[in-house]
Amino acid sequence: MNFRLILDISIKLLFARFKQTIVAGVGVTFGIAMFIALISFMTGLNDLLDGLILNRTPHVRLYNEIQASEIQPIEGSDDYYNAQNFVHSIKPKNSKKELRNVSAIIEALRADARVIDVAPKVSAPVFYNTGNIEIAGIVNGIEIASEEKLFHFSNYVIKGQISDLTNVSNSIFLGKGVAQKMMVDIGDVVQITGAKGQTSLLKVVGIVQLGLADLDNTISYADIRTTQTILGEGPSYITDLQVKLYDIESAPMVAKEFKYKFELDAIDIQTANAQFETGSSVRTIISYSVGVTLLIVAGFGIYNILNMLIYDKMDSIAILKATGFSGLDVKSIFILLSMIIGVAGGILGLLFGYVLSEVINHLPFETEALPTIKTFPVQFNPVYYIIGITFALITTFIAGWFPAKKAASIDPVIIIRGK
Amino acid sequence: MMDKVLEAKNITRYFEDPIRFKVLNDVSFSIERGQFVSIIGKSGSGKSTLLYVLSTMDTDYEGELWLDGLKTTGKSGNELARIRNEKIGFVFQFHYLLAEFNVLHNVMLPGIKLGKHSKQELEHKAMEHLKTLDVADQALKSPNQLSGGQKQRIAIARALINDPVIIMGDEPTGNLDKKNSDIVFDKFKELASAGKQTMMVVTHDAEFANRTDRIIEMEDGRILDTSTKIVV
Repeated sequence: MNFRLILDISIKLLFARFKQTIVAGVGVTFGIAMFIALISFMTGLNDLLDGLILNRTPHVRLYNEIQASEIQPIEGSDDYYNAQNFVHSIKPKNSKKELRNVSAIIEALRADARVIDVAPKVSAPVFYNTGNIEIAGIVNGIEIASEEKLFHFSNYVIKGQISDLTNVSNSIFLGKGVAQKMMVDIGDVVQITGAKGQTSLLKVVGIVQLGLADLDNTISYADIRTTQTILGEGPSYITDLQVKLYDIESAPMVAKEFKYKFELDAIDIQTANAQFETGSSVRTIISYSVGVTLLIVAGFGIYNILNMLIYDKMDSIAILKATGFSGLDVKSIFILLSMIIGVAGGILGLLFGYVLSEVINHLPFETEALPTIKTFPVQFNPVYYIIGITFALITTFIAGWFPAKKAASIDPVIIIRGK
Repeated sequence: MMDKVLEAKNITRYFEDPIRFKVLNDVSFSIERGQFVSIIGKSGSGKSTLLYVLSTMDTDYEGELWLDGLKTTGKSGNELARIRNEKIGFVFQFHYLLAEFNVLHNVMLPGIKLGKHSKQELEHKAMEHLKTLDVADQALKSPNQLSGGQKQRIAIARALINDPVIIMGDEPTGNLDKKNSDIVFDKFKELASAGKQTMMVVTHDAEFANRTDRIIEMEDGRILDTSTKIVV
């Protein structure tokens, strides 16, 4: 088959109906551009929303659950061997929240090749005292360096310097809601009561906003030592080890392994936040279906125009066939014509899609819940562009296929005789 | 014995619509190289139908068709397209030039399709044909800018580009006035005598037919007379 000749004829026919061709091409352009913009924006939003929780959640968390002893002393008695036991007299002990031999565990975890890093945490239930009122809350004792490394702590700080947490002794970062309720700001001193009744005076050096009102109204952050002091515990008192892995997918497996290895409770991110994946996938499905619908509509546009063109150029097709062009040649001419529209429209669509994404990326978007976000989130991922152009080519090929088949089956005798 | 360019053996063709009707009834004849043949007959006599069967565009017939020593009956659509491209030139009542291409390109199209000669050679050949047909000065114009007679001459040039073994015409002068009709006929005659070009033309113009080498007259799907010459 003489490809250059076929291409030449396609292009000539395309220019014969230039206006309609442009309209068909614009349809494809619009479809692709919207698809790109939509999917980039949606995934950007997905990442943002997931990040709200997932970035703040360790891939594996090691802790001690307060639970009843599985073996009650009575079961150890030979007198009642093989008997049903109803006596549950031994209750859980508070001291079990503390992780034993924690420095050795941290060392072992940091040596593990799968682990990015470990951030130890002391979680202390407290009361914030303001006037006569006590507000229940939690102070998280953190090691600021590892917390910043693993969870980008500074993203959530709306006031103050994170280094002050270690530089200023007895300092605290209050949750935004807590600070508002207590009517305090940086430089003020707040009084906090620990679970065992001991009170501490802490200096406010910053305000954090996590973006979830429930957390902002209860949580504060202090240095790990400060928190141990609030609780009246020694420097080895750690309640949580937060582990981040290089491969998030392996978290459930690794969690199970650590659970047996260190004889601790372990929970992985997938188990802790199953619902977020569902939300993300639903949003992704919606954006893909809208994009695909737009492209199919564009495909119908091409189909229409080609049908019109074929009707218009019946004579030309007849004489081409009479002078020796086969059905396959004629089919190729029209499929090629459709593909030219698809490629041109598609590439323009990618361009406009990128521009549109950039525009969205610069639209101001400020919300109370997300302190560090100033514009709409957009994810620029070449994969979407590849999907877009691939789908445009498939759609235009199919849209061209049917009219082309029709053109190929035109009987030149009928047309020539009909004149 | 002269060699046969075209041979029809017992061609029978039915039309199914609206009722089964025999358009061609056991038609057999042959055309020798260099002959200028006209097929005449009244409307509905089957002369056009015969032409389309002979042109290989219509394959729905019974019987056998041989072209240039090659049996075309039973060949696939693609093979027939190739045969038409290489061995048959067409001139229809309507010119069927492609408005998207200029005159020169229109003439060259079947040649480019055949791919036997380079573009330069084809251009040269096309210009030669246009020159002999006195339309060389129109070569770079669009077909829409030309008169009916000029368009028909360009269609003849297109039919000639691949040096076909036979040129088939379907009322090639049907749309033309007397003057242009004469020009076209003279060109045909010239080709038949000078280039030993075989030609077969369907016409209802008796005057035209009388000036050809041989007349095949048709009536009710049969050939009445295959006389080699009717003297005017």
